[in-house]
Amino acid sequence: MKNNIAVKVDDLTVAYNYKPVLWDIDLEIPEGVLMAIVGPNGAGKSTLIKSILGILKPIAGSVSIYGKSYEKQRALVAYVPQKGSVDWDFPTTALDVVMMGTYGSLGWIKRPGQKEKKMALEALEKVGMLSFKNRQISQLSGGQQQRIFLARALVQDASIYFMDEPFQGVDATTEIAIINILKELRKANKTVIVVHHDLQTVPEYFDWVTFLNVKKIATGPVKDIFNDDNLTKTYGINYKVSIQE
Amino acid sequence: MDITEYIQLVFTDYTLRTITLGTAILGAVTGMLGSFAVLRKQSLLGDAISHAALPGIAIAFLITGAKNSNVLLLGALISGLVGTFWIRGIIKRTHLKSDTALGLILSLFFGFGMLLLTFIQKQPNANQAGLDKYLFGQAATLVESDVWLMVIVTGACLIVLLLFWKEFKILLFDADYTKTLGFNTKFIDILITTFIVLAIVLGLQTVGVVLMSAMLLAPAAAARQWTNSLGIMVFLAAIFGAFSGVFGTAISASQNNLSTGPVIVIIAGVFVLISFIFSPSRGLLFKQIRFIKNRRDLQLHKTLAFMYHIAETHDDISHPHTIKILNNFQGFTKGTLQKLVDKHYVTLHGSDWSLTKEGFKTASNLYNQQSENNE
Ligand SMILES: Nc1ncnc2c1ncn2[C@@H]1O[C@H](COP(=O)(O)OP(=O)(O)O)[C@@H](O)[C@H]1O
Ligand SMILES: [Mg+2]
Repeated sequence: MKNNIAVKVDDLTVAYNYKPVLWDIDLEIPEGVLMAIVGPNGAGKSTLIKSILGILKPIAGSVSIYGKSYEKQRALVAYVPQKGSVDWDFPTTALDVVMMGTYGSLGWIKRPGQKEKKMALEALEKVGMLSFKNRQISQLSGGQQQRIFLARALVQDASIYFMDEPFQGVDATTEIAIINILKELRKANKTVIVVHHDLQTVPEYFDWVTFLNVKKIATGPVKDIFNDDNLTKTYGINYKVSIQE
Repeated sequence: MDITEYIQLVFTDYTLRTITLGTAILGAVTGMLGSFAVLRKQSLLGDAISHAALPGIAIAFLITGAKNSNVLLLGALISGLVGTFWIRGIIKRTHLKSDTALGLILSLFFGFGMLLLTFIQKQPNANQAGLDKYLFGQAATLVESDVWLMVIVTGACLIVLLLFWKEFKILLFDADYTKTLGFNTKFIDILITTFIVLAIVLGLQTVGVVLMSAMLLAPAAAARQWTNSLGIMVFLAAIFGAFSGVFGTAISASQNNLSTGPVIVIIAGVFVLISFIFSPSRGLLFKQIRFIKNRRDLQLHKTLAFMYHIAETHDDISHPHTIKILNNFQGFTKGTLQKLVDKHYVTLHGSDWSLTKEGFKTASNLYNQQSENNE
């Protein structure tokens, strides 16, 4: 079943000001997996996602989505940026932010209408934030802001989701709510790629994992490659994670 | 001339009407565009652009030898744009932070502009007198054609804002995400920056290089205090800017010899001051009031909660207890006790207090709420 390649990265090298941050990354992500990207701070996890999504221009290498260039397949891909990457004091409401997820399909100039609003409200409901739809976004908790970002990506109704630390600074309830949504996406044969920090929960949440630290250390099914050896190679110190079966 | 005389004159005197209209439109368009600069945290951008425009004015004069304001403004526009795109280039190609790049271009262009101005002033060309009005502006030199130019730019700006509203909004909020949706963020960015440059250049004649950035920032900063909607913010900023222009012109016209530009900027500053103090949700005053009220409520609630714990241990919740028992608890004062009596939560009999049914109910709600919040 998992032989369709959703995302393929070839020889990707990325640098900010000459210092390479990602070296020669090769990566194949099969369709329908829920994949964690793990690695220490500064490993280049965010940079990898941004390069795949064309936000950053790599020095070398190429990316394909279902066999075609990202530019052609943009509509299949949704992005949940790191929560800290925007100013939450921006004058707008939760509903308005979620509605932004429809802007891509609307294209230039056309304004969102009733249909787009309905889609946004549905996404808000899915993440349990419907009652907050008219809230100014600065008056939401960290976990609620994260849910809003997730809802904005859900509105895009993509096939592949890239999420940068969606569990950062959220409480236990929100974490469970989010992971349930991710698992639902996987059930619908969507591919979900998540930058993740909590190594303890990797085996519980994910079925696929990529170890990254400037270079790609390993990628594959969690049950095969999530072991102390790869963790040590990635984090540089002796790692012992008890893996629950 | 006093203010009533002025108001009559605005409707009858051609020059005054032109100046008032000009400053009002200028205030509106810079206020509108300033919202975008403020939200992108590019407060220095306006300063950099206006200072970068100065050498353009001088060079345009040197080339044409005439003081035609449209030609000078064209020079200002070109050098303003050059400065702006250099700033972008520097930020993109070097390690320099954006405020460093802005500051660098600002002082470099301004220094060069001042150099040229001094050079021009030493020339035996009688025409040169008055070029320095672009430093602090001189609203009195506004003529009808200047105002028409402002109307055209403002109209174009409005059309572009309405057309690309959603693109501007999403770019301001989350530029990376905007890119992933397939929008050409560079185009949106250049569009908005170009209009900011245009508005600033138009204001140079009236407000001048030095104070122009305040026209961009002050109305927008004031507007931000009153609303949580981008549309309303832009609208309010336009209103505040326009009123700054009108009031500023009125005051400077009725108090002879007060230079218009600085007065307009001061009025805009007053809008900021009022907004930062009196805005209901973000203002300092209401924040302070809320803080004091919360503290008072908290003290009241603490006392009530303490009484609740004592009353809880008795079958009869209204069993009287001595006030002395409250001494164990430092938060109690005669004032809080009296307030609880006023709210009918507590009754006093001599040196005893007892909780009323209502007080008990309120306290137990309070208690449950607190433990819920702690979860
Ligand atoms: N805009 C930038 N300019 C220069 N260096 C950057 C920039 N963004 C990230 N870096 C550097 O690139 C490296 C990888 O960063 P990042 O991808 O954010 O790591 P991660 O997401 O794994 O924590 C870090 O060393 C970081 O300092
Ligand atoms: Mg990161």
